[in-house]
Amino acid sequence: MAKIEIVQKSEISAQEGAAIQEICPFGAIEYIDGKLDISAGCKMCKICTKEKPEYFTYVEDEEREEIDKSLWNGVVVYVEHTYGKIHPVTFELLGKARELAEEINHEVICLFAGYNIADKGGELIQFGADRVYIYDEKELEDYRVEPYAAVFEDFIKHQKPSVVLVGGTTVGRSLAPRVAARFRTGLTADCTSLSIDENTDLAQIRPAFGGNIMAHIKTRDKRPQFATVRYKIFSAMEKDERRAGTIEICSISKELLKSGITVLESKEKPKAKYIEDAEVLVVAGKGIQKEEDLAIIYELADQLGAMVASTRPLIEAGWTDPKVQIGLSGRTVKPKLIITCGVSGSVQFIAGMKNSEQIIAINTDPNAPIFNIANYSVVGDIYEVIPKLLEKLKLEKREKIEVFV
Amino acid sequence: MDITVCIKQVPSTSEVEIDQETGNLKRDGVDAKINPYDLFAIEGAVQIKEQTGATINVVTMGPNQAADILHEAFTLGADHGYLITDRKCAGADVLATAKALSEGIKKIGKADLIICGKQTTDGDTAQVGAEIAELLDIPHANNILAIKEIKKESLVVDVDMPTMIQTIEIKLPCLISVDKDLNQPRLPSYKVKKATKNKEITAYGVCDFEDSNEMHYGMNGSATQVIRIFPPTSNSNTESWEGTSDELATKIADKIVELKIL
Repeated sequence: MAKIEIVQKSEISAQEGAAIQEICPFGAIEYIDGKLDISAGCKMCKICTKEKPEYFTYVEDEEREEIDKSLWNGVVVYVEHTYGKIHPVTFELLGKARELAEEINHEVICLFAGYNIADKGGELIQFGADRVYIYDEKELEDYRVEPYAAVFEDFIKHQKPSVVLVGGTTVGRSLAPRVAARFRTGLTADCTSLSIDENTDLAQIRPAFGGNIMAHIKTRDKRPQFATVRYKIFSAMEKDERRAGTIEICSISKELLKSGITVLESKEKPKAKYIEDAEVLVVAGKGIQKEEDLAIIYELADQLGAMVASTRPLIEAGWTDPKVQIGLSGRTVKPKLIITCGVSGSVQFIAGMKNSEQIIAINTDPNAPIFNIANYSVVGDIYEVIPKLLEKLKLEKREKIEVFV
Repeated sequence: MDITVCIKQVPSTSEVEIDQETGNLKRDGVDAKINPYDLFAIEGAVQIKEQTGATINVVTMGPNQAADILHEAFTLGADHGYLITDRKCAGADVLATAKALSEGIKKIGKADLIICGKQTTDGDTAQVGAEIAELLDIPHANNILAIKEIKKESLVVDVDMPTMIQTIEIKLPCLISVDKDLNQPRLPSYKVKKATKNKEITAYGVCDFEDSNEMHYGMNGSATQVIRIFPPTSNSNTESWEGTSDELATKIADKIVELKIL
């Protein structure tokens, strides 16, 4: 079995022992009475074998289980949907699957399970699938993990795919591990980049240790290789109505679709109520001169599906609700995107939003402190830039709708 | 009812960094606190115990100092603590972690309900719970927002789905992973802390498990391998845009499209 072995010929001084302990980022090296040991805190990062090869050696497996990878073919995309309405992450995964499949000369295959969906497979072909397998059963009307996992198992046993991509939604993160564990195979969560080697090994990149480090992960000796990817990481290819592909309806024994779960009710999710929960925020600042001018801010938020927040002066003026104040005396936010409009950026405001993923700041004063933390500093007048921006966004949306109908 | 709660000790900060020159991890990430999502799992179990009576077992995998979080769980209302500690479990991926925990849960004995936090703040995969359920062959539900009813043979819970909230009845035994909306975790009780200070913790190693084949645990039992680690490309890029308002609006619109906000 692969392991790290300690080679220690003589007793080590306390001073040297302490220095050796320091090299382990996980504090897993122990030093007791002149002797070194490794605790269960070891993460097998092998740093000790590089830093102190005189004491630590990595012993590789004598025999690795080899599999014939040529028996596993195809890049699968699991079709995520709500009562037949396909989740856009599926199209993004299809775009990536196309890329991977072409690299190794495989086909892109969709697994589509649900009820009353038999006529919905065509769209998947237009977005890149070569073959679509549909399981259309009453028992699959609502998502329940056991029947869905049973269908997935049946599908994998028949298709023997090399790669399986699943959207990193709450359903994907429930189903993918269930099926991966059933096949005792590898699953890499929330991949941010995927590429494929000639031998069909999937090169999976994901953030590790809280996001400050990236890890390159492989499923070396198992198939299929499961990966989940969050929404809005990859890009869908353009819809091609002339793309050809095949659709096959599959059947499965009702016996396998039993479940210990009964769905009592399904209701639409309420929209985010608090600015802390919003993915996108548009912030109105002192640059807004009159209360009625807030209209352009609300319109911008509307276009972006965002919520409106504000700085303290606007709340004190009674123009906005105290619940939407950002800053030390207000709320701390961390949205995917924040657009500040006419906000100079006081210390207390910045403290409440500086961890936002992307910051676009619009302000007339090129020396405004907000520009010190903005990813994109836009030196301009909100009264001129925002109306122009609204026009362009509307145009973008119209084009997008045309692509998706 | 017998409830087993799976918990994990995680670094108290996410300040683990990588040495740009050597590519090695810098030592800052020593595990210290209970994974925040696990507090909702423990609180959920304690509320069930208060309503219907239950025994709460907490289990964790890690080095000896992970016993600290089991003691912390005692102060929050847990009854028994189990520590899976074995170098053979080192370097475990999702599969090997789920394997060790599922064997530990079997070893503890009866579990009508297994509760996990939705995810950990270090590994962040949110997938160990579902794999445990698979290995134990019981149903599971992820991202539970509310426990609405506790029946003799089932639970009624609200599940967070991509676009819907689903209310389901799930048969026991089962596994649920819980979200932060589930409850407001209580503060540890000082009185209980004093009373449970010397409470014994049961330690398990791979040799105690029903499946004691060491090839099924740790790095050897992992289906995935970390090929290398590297620092992320910095996204702290800053750009300053000037120009006519039309040019500026175009730049902003392009960026919004690029960020897939529309």
